[in-house]
Amino acid sequence: MKLLPLLLLALAGPALADSAQPPAPYAYRQLEDARQEARARALMEELRCLVCQGQSIADSDAELAGDMRHLVRTRIKAGESPSQVRDWLVQRYGSWVSYAPVLGPETLLLYAAPLLLLLGGGLLAARRLQRRRG
Amino acid sequence: MKPKLWLAIPLIVLAFFLAAVGWRLSSPPNPTVKSRLIGQPLPEFALAAAVPGKPALTSADLKAGEPRLLNLFASWCVPCIAEAPVLVDLRRRGVVIDAIAIRDGPADIARFLADHGDPFARIGTDPQSQVQMALGSSGVPESFIVDGRGVIRYQHIGPVMPQDVPTILAQWEQAK
Repeated sequence: MKLLPLLLLALAGPALADSAQPPAPYAYRQLEDARQEARARALMEELRCLVCQGQSIADSDAELAGDMRHLVRTRIKAGESPSQVRDWLVQRYGSWVSYAPVLGPETLLLYAAPLLLLLGGGLLAARRLQRRRG
Repeated sequence: MKPKLWLAIPLIVLAFFLAAVGWRLSSPPNPTVKSRLIGQPLPEFALAAAVPGKPALTSADLKAGEPRLLNLFASWCVPCIAEAPVLVDLRRRGVVIDAIAIRDGPADIARFLADHGDPFARIGTDPQSQVQMALGSSGVPESFIVDGRGVIRYQHIGPVMPQDVPTILAQWEQAK
């Protein structure tokens, strides 16, 4: 008798936090023009899925990621450039939505770090070489 | 004495690393994504009616001189059920509420309204989340307060709960 609730539980379907609507037309379909599709694809790999947060929209099966792919593909199809589409999203969600960081006050250190490290390493190496020569 | 100090460096690095990890574990980053359109005019859109007998929603409807609460909901969204009675209460207090149904069908929306109350003046349907993205919203439920000139004044992310009512009412008054 104790088994019955367990059996019933096994039969129960999980409650899905997803809509009953079909995916958007261009969520899982490529653009007809291969060159446009290549550009859309490259951009989709650099856009962050809004609800999964660790994945690009190219990688994610979340419904909103599908809708975002549809948005990217329809805008590229309509003749917009990938950077226009990216800017449109950044305007709404901030640079957070893009995996290609733009140069700004928040990212200055990110871009300056390689130069600083190279400079520091160069100074160390130069001092070493001088000492050896001397 | 000097070489021994050098030996302590990995330990110091480890201590910094552990402190950083501990700090992030104790105060995790906020995962909600705020719209950057607060203070900006509402993007243009025209949505079809979500249920028969209920007016459709266009961006022009949200520039009619009176502030409006724009609620993004869906019949498949569980927290939307939690906020439904609070929206009904806000409507009773004079807040005019329009809605956008995200990825939803007319039969499901009609059932949701019948079950959980219908405080909405207009409901537009956004089956592919395209207007949701134009608004800089990343989930349901979310609510925006739009003033009479169509400028987005406030965004509430997640369900509007009873404790949020004073804030919503204050923002609503400010938008007048």
